[in-house]
Amino acid sequence: MKFAVLVFPGSNCDIDAVKAVEDVLGQPVDTVWHTTADLSDYDCILVPGGFSYGDYLRSGALARFSPVMEAVKREAEKGKFVIGICNGFQILTESGLLPGALRHNDHLQFRCEISPLIVENADTAFTSDYKKGDVINIPIAHGEGSYYADEETIAKLNANNQVVFRYFECDPNGSIERIAGICNEAGNVLGMMPHPERAVHEWLGSADGKALFTSILKSWEGRQRA
Amino acid sequence: MMIARIHVTLKASVLDPQGSAVTKSLHALGYDEVTDVRIGKYLEIKIDTTDKAVAEERITEMCEKLLANTVIEKYEFVLMEA
Amino acid sequence: MRNEPTPQQIAEEKIYRTFGLNDEEYTKIVSLMGRQPNYVETGIYSVMWSEHCSYKSSRPVLKKFPTQAPHVLQGPGENAGIIDIGDNLAVSFKIESHNHPSAIEPYQGAATGVGGIIRDVFTMGARPIALLNSLRFGEIEGPDNAHNRYLFNNVVAGIAGYGNCIGIPTVGGEVVFDDRYKYNPLVNAMCVGLLTHDEIATGTASGVGNPVLAVGARTGRDGIHGATFASTEDPHSKERSAVQVGDPFMEKLLLEACLELIASGAVVGIQDMGAAGLTSSSAEMASRAGSGLELDMLKVPRREEGMTPYELMLSESQERMLVVMEMGKEHIAEEIFQKWNLEATVIGRVTDDGMLRLKEGDEVVAEMIVTTLVDDAPVYHRPSARPSYLDQTLEFDPASITAPADLNATLHTLLRTPTIASKEYVYQQYDSMVRTSTAVRPGSDAAVVTIRGTRKALAMCTDGNGRYVYLNPRRGGQHAIAEAARNVVCSGGKPLAVTDCLNYSSPEKPEIFYQFEESCAGMSEACVVLATPVISGNVSLYNQSNDLDIYPTPIIGMVGLVEDVDHITTQTFKSAGNHVLLVGPSDTAGISGSEYLRVVHGLTAGDAPALDLHVEKAVQTAVLTAIQSGYVRAAHDLAEGGLAVAVAESAIGGKLGAQLELNTNQRLDEVLFGEAGSRILVEVAPEALAAVEAIFAKEGVSSTVLGTLGGDALEIRVNGETVISEKVAELESTWRGAIPCLMN
Repeated sequence: MKFAVLVFPGSNCDIDAVKAVEDVLGQPVDTVWHTTADLSDYDCILVPGGFSYGDYLRSGALARFSPVMEAVKREAEKGKFVIGICNGFQILTESGLLPGALRHNDHLQFRCEISPLIVENADTAFTSDYKKGDVINIPIAHGEGSYYADEETIAKLNANNQVVFRYFECDPNGSIERIAGICNEAGNVLGMMPHPERAVHEWLGSADGKALFTSILKSWEGRQRA
Repeated sequence: MMIARIHVTLKASVLDPQGSAVTKSLHALGYDEVTDVRIGKYLEIKIDTTDKAVAEERITEMCEKLLANTVIEKYEFVLMEA
Repeated sequence: MRNEPTPQQIAEEKIYRTFGLNDEEYTKIVSLMGRQPNYVETGIYSVMWSEHCSYKSSRPVLKKFPTQAPHVLQGPGENAGIIDIGDNLAVSFKIESHNHPSAIEPYQGAATGVGGIIRDVFTMGARPIALLNSLRFGEIEGPDNAHNRYLFNNVVAGIAGYGNCIGIPTVGGEVVFDDRYKYNPLVNAMCVGLLTHDEIATGTASGVGNPVLAVGARTGRDGIHGATFASTEDPHSKERSAVQVGDPFMEKLLLEACLELIASGAVVGIQDMGAAGLTSSSAEMASRAGSGLELDMLKVPRREEGMTPYELMLSESQERMLVVMEMGKEHIAEEIFQKWNLEATVIGRVTDDGMLRLKEGDEVVAEMIVTTLVDDAPVYHRPSARPSYLDQTLEFDPASITAPADLNATLHTLLRTPTIASKEYVYQQYDSMVRTSTAVRPGSDAAVVTIRGTRKALAMCTDGNGRYVYLNPRRGGQHAIAEAARNVVCSGGKPLAVTDCLNYSSPEKPEIFYQFEESCAGMSEACVVLATPVISGNVSLYNQSNDLDIYPTPIIGMVGLVEDVDHITTQTFKSAGNHVLLVGPSDTAGISGSEYLRVVHGLTAGDAPALDLHVEKAVQTAVLTAIQSGYVRAAHDLAEGGLAVAVAESAIGGKLGAQLELNTNQRLDEVLFGEAGSRILVEVAPEALAAVEAIFAKEGVSSTVLGTLGGDALEIRVNGETVISEKVAELESTWRGAIPCLMN
């Protein structure tokens, strides 16, 4: 299974995503510069965290217009797996690949800590190695992670089981309904503010993010067999 | 040459934590008459055209596409001769 | 014609004085040049000869630091020092102050401080892997201290804004609050980088004809005369225009582009345009190579029209570097920088005539001998006199103080003191985990960052207690080094080398110069005993305002090597049933100079706490050996607040109680809160106790089993009487809640 990790000017969790894929899955992974227009070689596209274009104007607003984002849209439509983490999630909402938007944290400060999440939907391609209701510890590190969508959208997300993760017994940013991660209707695009790639070894403080990577590999293998 | 003066602010329905913080600070300073503060962005864009209608259309497009995130933000602008 | 004063006017109207040059210095410049300097030249001499660039007051003292050791690959004098850690790997690090800019504009002052220190490290060819910050502010409690809270909040936000964006984890540091710093907050930023031996780059402009490039951001009119500004009294009276604005996104691109450029092998020399911008970078690069430079001012990329050579040379616009490439390889720089959407522009050539020559097209606008700018800067042997306040502080008699009756309450008071309380409020604003190499995050004695592809890791910390230095400059200097090294040891690392940031008031006051000289001597003594040479550093003087001198505050940045990731140790208690040992002197030698004395009795008095460097060395060796042998579950250095606070911190972190018993003939407050050096708390499993005690005995170090871990309360009995008994959760709530409570 071949992974692409996108690199925008200002991305800074690209290397962490590469290391996580290598350490957890041992699968091939390339970093792909934002000017690349073709991603058809890849089975999973990771849009990493960081501050693409300095987060100037709005986080994710400028990266969305990079040539590589057209390719991401194309591959997503084909059903390829796409994961946006932190700034990657912001880019995916700005691009319209996922609904809603990420606002400034309600307390106005950047917040970095290991946050407990509850797995709301364990039936996605990204969460099959978790169980619904699992509480997992995943680091967060963001200043603009407060998820927002209008009531109608939230109702739809809930009805379709598109809320994948919620913050559990904590509220680090003022997200609506403590939403930490969502997927698209088709279930092949995931966006989340917490960083699963930072939770892949016990010595990092948690290894609870590994199951997300193993889930993807299993889903892909399942597709190959089908 | 024309100049567009654009204000981008959070929609009324969206919590503005910066605005709330400033409201609190103003109250602390004794400005009790302050009932609400909304904080936004101000942009000045110079465009090379004299046709106001064209300018209006282009600026609207820029706001929709990039300058505002219409999921949470609204925008308004005025156009003037540079 | 430019409206600039003529050389005659500069001389006759003594305009040079407004540049910070005194009459003697000006006369020296005239005699070195053989003529009167013009406006640009006067500006250039004034910044090169400022305290900030020339270290004219501090140089004679700095020369005495031990700087040599087999593992030192680059000592002081470059952008940052470098040490060898084996396996062809090396570590580059440096600490630097941004005190004055932060006093004026705390967010940008702190942010650009972080930006500057990162550039110093990647200029050496190193990939920055960690940031630390040592901060000092006035007290933040109460309605009168709103300005201190403002400074504190914005400095922290500025550090976070820059470090988080560029993607280098901020892993450690410390914050101390004392009104001595209310007008002059201290913001010292440290960066640690990793490189291989073959990747080392230096700031040398050699090779006649080699092109000189300005790369990165364009030059604007910001921060002109920042270096001079940092060298005068009272920043508040100065213009705000001296503050620069940082652009971490630009710096991230510059960092990637420069590392790619250095990897191309075509770089001859590279240096940050930091304080004094193009002036100091060009003069220093030429000076190191013994060469000359010719620069065309018209070619310097600029943000604004109509900038003069004076402005271009003295601007402190951020995120710029000066690079000397091999002749004919300019295109490599241009291609790499284009990829990162940055500019790389040839602005001049290396010459062999030893001159720094500035032109506008064909016209020479300034011409100075490089050595006169760098080597001939004045050196002042400032007069030194023992401060008279020492007579009073040393008279302190502990018998004049009554120990509090309720020691539980005293412990809560100390845990609530912002200097001791949890700094989570600060460090949760820093991304401490990006790069996924942080094994020990902020909040333990030293942070630990792993090195991918090896079993090794680096332990790092900053430390410095200004109050100790104030009370006993020499011993205070020793404490700074000893405590930093002790923190590294507690995390499982062998201390390797030091970077220092020396923050003092005006060196022109003999009593201040005494503090400076003596504390540096103390640091040197400790560096020799602990085998940790000084490899880089920075001096910040004139930290005084409204007749208030800061405490003499040398801040030590220490880096140590953890040989194997299995040796990584934290301060939090781990398992019920394990023993707690106190390693090092059991006598605390009183409460002199302690945080307890300051907070509970309102006194900064007595001598600095006791410290014997040879005992210190033995304790550190013993504990590190025990850790490396796999016997130590937790280790925590005893510092502010003494034994009681250290035990409470370890208990809070582990959410685990402890039942301890001491027998002593000392006073209770001395036993619990005294701050003598060389003491470490360790947790050891029962089956390892004998082995650990054997190690300590072999090193000649005393150790006492204080008790065992278990339950949910901290209980300390002294001579059979319970003196502390409190639920860990209660202690935690006090300790964790203190700063948020003051700030919200």
